[in-house]
Amino acid sequence: MLIGAVTGFAVATTTGLPVLGALGAMAAAALAASIFAFLVLTLMANQVATGLALTIFGTGVSALIGAPFVGITTPTFGPIFPEALTSSPLLRLVFGHSPVVYLGLILTLAVAWFLARSRAGLILRAVGESDTAAHAIGYPVLTVRYLAILFGGAMAGLAGSYYSLVLTPMWAERLTAGRGWIAIALVVFASWKPGRMLAGAYLFGLVITMELQAKAAGFNMFAPEVLAALPYVATIAVLAIISAAKRGGANAPACLGKSFRATA
Amino acid sequence: MFELSRRKLLAAGAAIGFAATSVAPAFAQDGKETVKAAFVYVGPVGDFGWTYAHDQARLCLEKNLGDKVETSYVENVAEGPDAERVIRQLAQDGNDIVFTTSFGFMNPTIKVAKQFPDVKFEHATGYTTGGNENMGLYNSKFYQGRAVLGTIAAKMSKSGKAGYVASFPIPEVVMGINAFQLAAQKINPDFKTQVVWVNSWYDPAKEADATRALLSQGADVITQHTDSPAPLQAAEEAGAIAFGQAWNMESFAPNAHMTAIVDQWCPYYTGRVQALLDGTWEADNVWLGMKEGEVEMAPFNAKMPEDVKAAAQKIVDDTKAGTYEVFTGPIKDQSGEVKVPEGEVVPEGDLLKMDWYVEGVQS
Repeated sequence: MLIGAVTGFAVATTTGLPVLGALGAMAAAALAASIFAFLVLTLMANQVATGLALTIFGTGVSALIGAPFVGITTPTFGPIFPEALTSSPLLRLVFGHSPVVYLGLILTLAVAWFLARSRAGLILRAVGESDTAAHAIGYPVLTVRYLAILFGGAMAGLAGSYYSLVLTPMWAERLTAGRGWIAIALVVFASWKPGRMLAGAYLFGLVITMELQAKAAGFNMFAPEVLAALPYVATIAVLAIISAAKRGGANAPACLGKSFRATA
Repeated sequence: MFELSRRKLLAAGAAIGFAATSVAPAFAQDGKETVKAAFVYVGPVGDFGWTYAHDQARLCLEKNLGDKVETSYVENVAEGPDAERVIRQLAQDGNDIVFTTSFGFMNPTIKVAKQFPDVKFEHATGYTTGGNENMGLYNSKFYQGRAVLGTIAAKMSKSGKAGYVASFPIPEVVMGINAFQLAAQKINPDFKTQVVWVNSWYDPAKEADATRALLSQGADVITQHTDSPAPLQAAEEAGAIAFGQAWNMESFAPNAHMTAIVDQWCPYYTGRVQALLDGTWEADNVWLGMKEGEVEMAPFNAKMPEDVKAAAQKIVDDTKAGTYEVFTGPIKDQSGEVKVPEGEVVPEGDLLKMDWYVEGVQS
């Protein structure tokens, strides 16, 4: 995300085109993800350790790339709907967002369709559920995994560019403040189902904003720290409910975290 | 987390420090031809806030003293054992003076200062030198700038309500909120300051969200005690006004940015290194403000009406002249009870452990 954020910012300020910034962010983050893919797929390094290392690497690299861009501002995406549609607060709720928000929604639907309905999506899931079986039928396990990681990287990059181009149009070190980790929590939370993912993302967003809105409205029944803890409490609560309801079936792909070496 | 303790600084801190600093004059020393000065930063120089201001001062020091000073810095130093290692390394490398610019560097600095009696150490925002005669303490009265912001806010606000994006409820921050509200109240007795705690010194997205929440609750002036320019940007987007923090942040919000509290460490750094060159360096403990040029206001926005500019400038001038002190009674607390009687000024020691809000603060 940070690599995406900084690249997006750098490209957008240099070219003056936020669209190119977002594309650049996706490309750069996919490039970073390809390092991860090479390490864990080809060299079969431990995925968790490599992921953590890549996080630290990304933080450092983004700071390095971003050094000349500290303290300047960037062009951002304009509204895409006519002004008449954003006149009232209620309409703004639907039409008042940055194009990236709508793109995110469309992409979620697209990914959901891809995973559930398309042949390629089924292959991807097969590779995740049972690498040996998929290999035995003749699917290129590593190629599929490479592509999946690159796509994941590009999405993270797009998310990062949302920070540096829309939410807070600037670059500063550690801009995302570790919020990328929420994505990991969300995937578990949604038990790998895109629809639930979307609902979960909005739920998380709601709880996070509620904390600040409650404070701004002068609602001080609780200490600020209690409100700040709400998102995390909500996460644990929902996870507990889900796993109790499904008797521990977190629905994770069976081959999550496993390396694959082609035999025969 | 680390930064929390950095500013807790003053908090419990300096109060004790002020009592405990009857520093004996340091041993006689000769002047130096050149001085090697090193700086230890808690954050990245690119944070555009606290650490950035220190680094600008370092560059300014180089400019002021030219060939006579050679500087270096280490950024992103975690407070604790790592800091001790870095500070010791700098002392071993032949630096004549080491500035450690975060509260959490205090104890490591004390330890290293004991081991290197010939090297001078200066710690920002701490409260004790542990008895070292080669270690000084320094800090700034940022609350004086808050009074200027409060004056501008009350003059320009239409809703009579300001939103305050705050980090942690520690005395340094509480003092700033109170100074802001007291100054605003003098202009508009009904003025209200709504505080939102984001529980972080630096989290641009959360700071921006807090700002949006405050704006949606009717605040039309935003001020902050967090380090990123994000609240300014959010205010700019909504057409509200806001103020920069630690450095001139005008470039982020050319319309919203009215002025900023600028941390000017340069005169202090220059003075201390010059003293070392002259051989007059002595351990000190200072809490300087506008008068000494350590707290400055960024140029007022051209959009600001003339009478507002004049009122704000008057606070600056009177503070410098010593005739204006925002913490002068009568001051009422949130419940309306008089905490500070008419004509009385809150002593510095009490400011540094302030834990109550003045009337009109909603937190």
